[in-house]
This record gives sequence, C-alpha cells and structure tokens, in this order.
Amino acid sequence: MEILEEKPGKQILLLGNEAITRGALEAGIDVATTYPGTPSSEIADTFSHIAKHFTKQKKSPSFYFEYSTNEKVALEVAGAASISGLRSLTCMKHVGLNVASDTFMTYMYIGTNGGHIIVSADDPSCHSSQNEQDNRYFALFSSAPMLEPSTPQEAKEMVRIGFEISEELKSPIMLRTTTRLNHIRGPITLGKIKKPRKKGKFERNPKWVTTPAIARAQHPKLLEMFEKAEKISEKSEFNKIVNVGKPKEWGIVTSGVSYNYVKEAAEDLSLNVRILKLGMTHPLPKKMCIDFIKSCKNLVIVEELEPILENQFKQLAYEIGCSLKIYGKSTGHFSRLYEYNPDIVIDAFSNILKISNPIKKPKSSNIKIPRRPPALCPGCPHRATYYAAKKAQPKGVIYPTDIGCYTLGREKPLEMADLLLCMGSNAGTAGGLAVATDEKVISFMGDSTFFHSGIPPLINVVHHNHDVVITVLDNRTTAMTGHQPHPGTDFDGMGRSAKRILVEDVAKGCGVEHIEIVDPNNIKETTQSFKRALEYKGPSFIVSKSPCILLENRDKKRRGEKIFVYEIDQNTCRRCKTCIGRFGCPAIYYGDDESVNIDPQQCNGCGHCAIVCPFNAIKKKEEKK
Amino acid sequence: MKDKTSIVLTGVGGQGIITAANIIGKAAVKEKINVFVSETHGMAQRGGAVICSVRLGKVTGPLVPSGSADVILGLEPVEILRYVGLTNKETKIITDINPVIPFTVATGEEEYPNLSKVFKDLEKYGKLYKIDAIKLSKDAGAAITKNIVMLGALAAINVLPFKSEVLLETILENVPQKFKEINKKAFKSGSEAIQKQTN
Repeated sequence: MEILEEKPGKQILLLGNEAITRGALEAGIDVATTYPGTPSSEIADTFSHIAKHFTKQKKSPSFYFEYSTNEKVALEVAGAASISGLRSLTCMKHVGLNVASDTFMTYMYIGTNGGHIIVSADDPSCHSSQNEQDNRYFALFSSAPMLEPSTPQEAKEMVRIGFEISEELKSPIMLRTTTRLNHIRGPITLGKIKKPRKKGKFERNPKWVTTPAIARAQHPKLLEMFEKAEKISEKSEFNKIVNVGKPKEWGIVTSGVSYNYVKEAAEDLSLNVRILKLGMTHPLPKKMCIDFIKSCKNLVIVEELEPILENQFKQLAYEIGCSLKIYGKSTGHFSRLYEYNPDIVIDAFSNILKISNPIKKPKSSNIKIPRRPPALCPGCPHRATYYAAKKAQPKGVIYPTDIGCYTLGREKPLEMADLLLCMGSNAGTAGGLAVATDEKVISFMGDSTFFHSGIPPLINVVHHNHDVVITVLDNRTTAMTGHQPHPGTDFDGMGRSAKRILVEDVAKGCGVEHIEIVDPNNIKETTQSFKRALEYKGPSFIVSKSPCILLENRDKKRRGEKIFVYEIDQNTCRRCKTCIGRFGCPAIYYGDDESVNIDPQQCNGCGHCAIVCPFNAIKKKEEKK
Repeated sequence: MKDKTSIVLTGVGGQGIITAANIIGKAAVKEKINVFVSETHGMAQRGGAVICSVRLGKVTGPLVPSGSADVILGLEPVEILRYVGLTNKETKIITDINPVIPFTVATGEEEYPNLSKVFKDLEKYGKLYKIDAIKLSKDAGAAITKNIVMLGALAAINVLPFKSEVLLETILENVPQKFKEINKKAFKSGSEAIQKQTN
C-alpha cells in the first residue's frame, strides 16, 4: 500500500484526506473513529483500507479504527482513549460536529492526555451537504485550539504537529478543513511512520466527572489552557508572512484554501503586498497580528464564509487604537456565501486596489444546457420501494425524508421527498406532521441513518402513538458516502466479523406493534405492505430490505456470476411511458423515433421495469453483460 | 514552456474522469513537477455532472481562473459547454462525440441540444478536436478505457510539461497486468486520432 510506504523524503500524490491519515500514521496514531460524511469520508476510509489490509493477512494493524454509530459516539470512543493516554483522531463532516457538540463542549472543560485531533470537514457551497455552516465558530464557541491547512502537504504536517500541540496543552484540538482541501490531490513528502503506544492507562481523577462543582472549577483551567495556546500560536511555524513584490502599505490576512487564491492572484496582478498566512487560526497569534496591523495602512481579509478573522482583526485594531482601513465582508468586497475561487479573489483585489481586472467577463454559451442532477442508480432498490409506496396511495401523503441516497427520490417522476433537515429528522418531523395535518405521512430513512439518529424519534413516535408510517430503506450499507459498514452489517471497519443488529429487532424493542419486512424487488407485495401500514391506526414500521445494487453487482462479478440486462420488445411496447414517466429508471431513454429503449451499459439488471410494464414488453436479454 | 498549465476534465459520473485526472497528477509527481488536482465527489457520483481540474507548474491551487484553461478534455460534449468561461483563444478542446443523455430529458423536463450545433458552438471557444472515444475504446478491447483514449488524445496536443511516454508509463503502472495491452492500445489510438487531425 502506497500510503504505508516507508521512504522518508519520497514524494507521492495524495488526496488531502489521505494526507491527513498519513499525518496520523507519522504521529503514531492509536485510535481513529468517525461517522462517514462527505467531504471527510476518505480520511476514515483510508484507515479502514489499511486495517482491512492487515486483517486479511491475519495481522493486526498498528491502530484501532471504527465507524461509530454517529459522530457523538465516535468522539466519546476516541476521547476516552485519549484520556487514557493514547493518540486519537476523530473525523467528521461539519454537521457531524453538531451531533457531537454535546460531548465536545464539555470535553474541552476536562481536557485530555494523549493527543486528540478532531477533524471538521466543512463544505462551503454545500457541494454535498444540507448547509454551509462555518465550524470555525465551534473553535470560538468551545475555546478549542484550531489549525487550518491550505494544501495536502500542510494538512499532513498539521496532523503530525497537532498531536504535539494537543499533548502540550492537554486539550483536544480542531483541524478544520474545507472541501477544496479534502478533495484536492497534491504532492506529499513522506516522513517517518511512528510506532504507536498501543495500550493506554486510565488514571482516576475527580476532574473526569463533570458535576457542576467540577465544571465550575474546570472552566478557569480551560481559559488558562487557551492562554498557553496563544503562546504556541505566536511561535507556530504555520503562521507566517509571505511577501509578494515590494510591499509598502497593503497587507492581506488569509487562511486555509483562500491563501492559495490570494497568493496566485497577488502574483498574477503584480501586487506589492504582505500576506499574513494564518495556519493556527485559534487562538490567533495576537502579538504577530498586532505587529502586522501596525506594519500596514490598509488591510484586506480574505476568508470563506463568516467574517471570523475580520471581526477579530477589527477588535485588535480597536484595542491598539489603530485606525487602518480593513476591507472584507463588511465593506461588501467579499461574500459570506459559498466557496471562493481565483476569479472572486482577483475581482475583489481589483476593486479594492482600484486596478483593472485582467479577467474579462467569462464567456457563456447561448445553447441551453440540460440539467444533470445526480439520480438514484439504475437498479436501486429504493426506487422500487418508492414506486410501491406511491402505488399504495398515490395522493394525500407527505413524505419526510432523510440524509442519504434516498434524498434523490426528490427528483421527477417520483417526487417523494418533502421535508429534510438533518440525519434522523424524518421520523421526528413525521410525528409533527401527523399532529399538524390531516394528510397521511410516510417517512423514509436509510439503515445507517436509522442507527445514527433514527431510534430516539422512533421511540417518540411510538410513545405518543403518532399515526405515521416509518420506512427504513435497508440496503445493508452506508451507500452515499462510499459503502461503509454500520451496525446492520456483519463486519466492521477493520474487516473483522461483527455482531449484526437487525433494524426490525430494534423497532420491536422500541415498542412498535405493526412491523412489516418487505423485499422491494417484489413491488406488488411491497405495495400491499404499504396499504396495510397506511390503514393501521398508530405508528407502523416497514423495513424494505434489498442490498445496494452497486454492491450486489460487484459481489456477483467477483463470484463470476453474470448480470443479465433487460431490453424492450418494440413490437409489444405501446409507448405508455410507465417505465420512464412513472418509474423513472435513468437507464431507459427515448430513441429519435420516440421508441423507448434500455441502455445496456447503464442497466444493472434489476428487472423492476419488467414488473412495472403493463404490457409485458420488457424481457431479460439473452446477452450477458 | 509556460510556467503554468491548466487542464480541465469534464463529463458524467462513472466515465473515469477522476482516475484520468489522477494519472496526470501522478505523472507530474514522477517528473518532479508541482501539481494540484481537484475532484468532485459525493452526490456527483450518481450520474451527475463531474468536473476535475489539474494544474501544473507555478501554481498554488487546483482551481482554474476564467479564461486560463489550456485544455478542456470533454468526455461528454454538452458538459464542456458548462465551462466555456474557462477558455481563451488558445485553448484546445478535445471532445468525445458521444452524448450521454441526462434522465431529465427522458422525464421531459429538459432537452438535449442538437449535437452538430453543440460542436459548432464549441469551435467558437478554441481549437476543437473531435474523437469517437467510445469506438476507439471498444476497438482497443474495452469500453471502460474511454478515459485512457482521451488521455492519449491529450498527450498528442503538446500541452503537458512532460513527455507523452511518461503519461502512458503512469497509466500502465496503475492497471493490472492483464489490462496493460488494452490500455496501451487505447492510449495510442487516442493519440493517433489527434495526430490525424493535426497533420
């Protein structure tokens, strides 16, 4: 495995996320935990691949790794390991830290022993998220020290050195990344992989038990830690000044991926500026920042999303009675919305410095380009479940949904996603809709989501006897984020066999009385199940079980089994469009002559279209894929 | 040689765009050339639009400013249209001639534009090369090598800051032994398709 290569000094190309994992290996990581979520997933997946690599050879890897049930649990598992003196890392997407925040806020009060890095992968522009919250606020909120890398190489170094900082401060620290760091590849210079400590020791201490009296005593200690962290920030190699041209009065303050755009824009525009590149952004190196403010007459702050550096620099300028001009979001030159890019930074610099913008208005084609949103895959069992539920009652139903592939059921022709907030929200909102309206409610969530945060709202629904149908689309994987295992699979993230927990058993334990287990590939029976569930007064629960078609076909190929594709008999087809206009499989398309056809490349051979066709015009093809 | 090279790869999820972009990146690292590659993940993997960019040389990040793409490598023709803002007069556009119709067309929400109009339009934004990458990949032995055909085409237009052999070598290092010959053939056929158009 390239990621395990022991050749210090050698350069290899790594994804930002892989570089974080490599950094942890070079720091002697003992315990890594996560709940998968884009753009963070490959950090943990890389740990998982390494662990499985060793498990296959009947060896144990140098670290313990798990896909925990959710981010809060992930933080608690790694947190306890860190308190016991082991080096730990927990990674999650930005909204994952919302889930883990209860643990996180108090964890900061008690601190830790072995280094603990909490990676928050933010997603400006919501490339694959339900919001674009700026988790730098969590560092300010909790007093957590925070590092922000600009490149994969820097990410690796920040993890390595971050562990030292965390241990020096006896505090967990945050590594805050954004999609454009997680998902870029760049050259990495390998360092030495360090041997881990392996076994920790839990030393009893009254401070670990955060009763009110202890918490009151710990809060000042948190502030003391923060002061110490400021001294580290002051000396940190990650905070530095980069000169472009012959700087006189203009200074630019930036961090994270914004630095990349700033540096290139300053060079391309031949600016004469001093750039304060901040890598340890919390706490700020106060003295360094004040000296920088004093060395400039004008300051430009470049940071994606919230004006966090900008507000702190204004505060510092006020404290020293300096009236320099600060340009940024408050002056309208930069937006609080979305991810930045070179164009945005060049344009803002041109406006602020009153120079001509070399980038002309980008050309755009006059041709109307069709939208190409992601869709449920051909053969996806979720589509069959959706189709069956709609058949059971075509109108008068509200469909709360959840985070996962099934969000894609929002698109035409299914249009079966009406309300979505966050992981697990389907069942909670289903209860509210049942209370508030006279419409029927069928909610959907995936199996991994059910274990993550679907259980407490299910208990709520049962206890309050809400008249809803809660559906778990059980495809035996965490599909959207890259097919990670979860408590419903019989193996874990290290490739070892694991206890499988059945969704229906949990529902039974939660007191649900009407439970049906269906195979969505049998669309007729699934429709009948939904009919019965809708008729049932009170909470009913449907587990629709069929593996993700991508995994099933992968396994079939590995076993050497053929996958049959389907075709439409043009003589029998009446162009009723059920397969396209109602079922909506993306492998089915109209030919130039208005005929309906199946693209054999895209067809995954589920045969659902043959079931929904009212004229039996769709048949299994003799040819094999 | 220019001090910066910017390559944009566009198409649809499942066409091997990320793999192709990574191969360019790996080849650059072998040649000790600075490189950044950006990827699209997550939602885009489910048949959605995909864009990757590769920047080589004196660059600090992977995102390509407007008007500064040296090449757009399009694995699907209309997907290139989304990014014509990145082109300048010198930009070279290589497109596979085979469309992938989005399902929004089948459901009647969208229309797929007339292909000859698309190609005509693309000619406005740079030097256009059209190749039938699906046919070439099938001729080479596997439709899955379409991205390799496109890399072969890229290698033939003289914009990479390293020799085309390095790119081929990197491809072959990253495929299992039994597929090496097919990939070699696919790469060569892509290069030849471009050479025929430049001669």
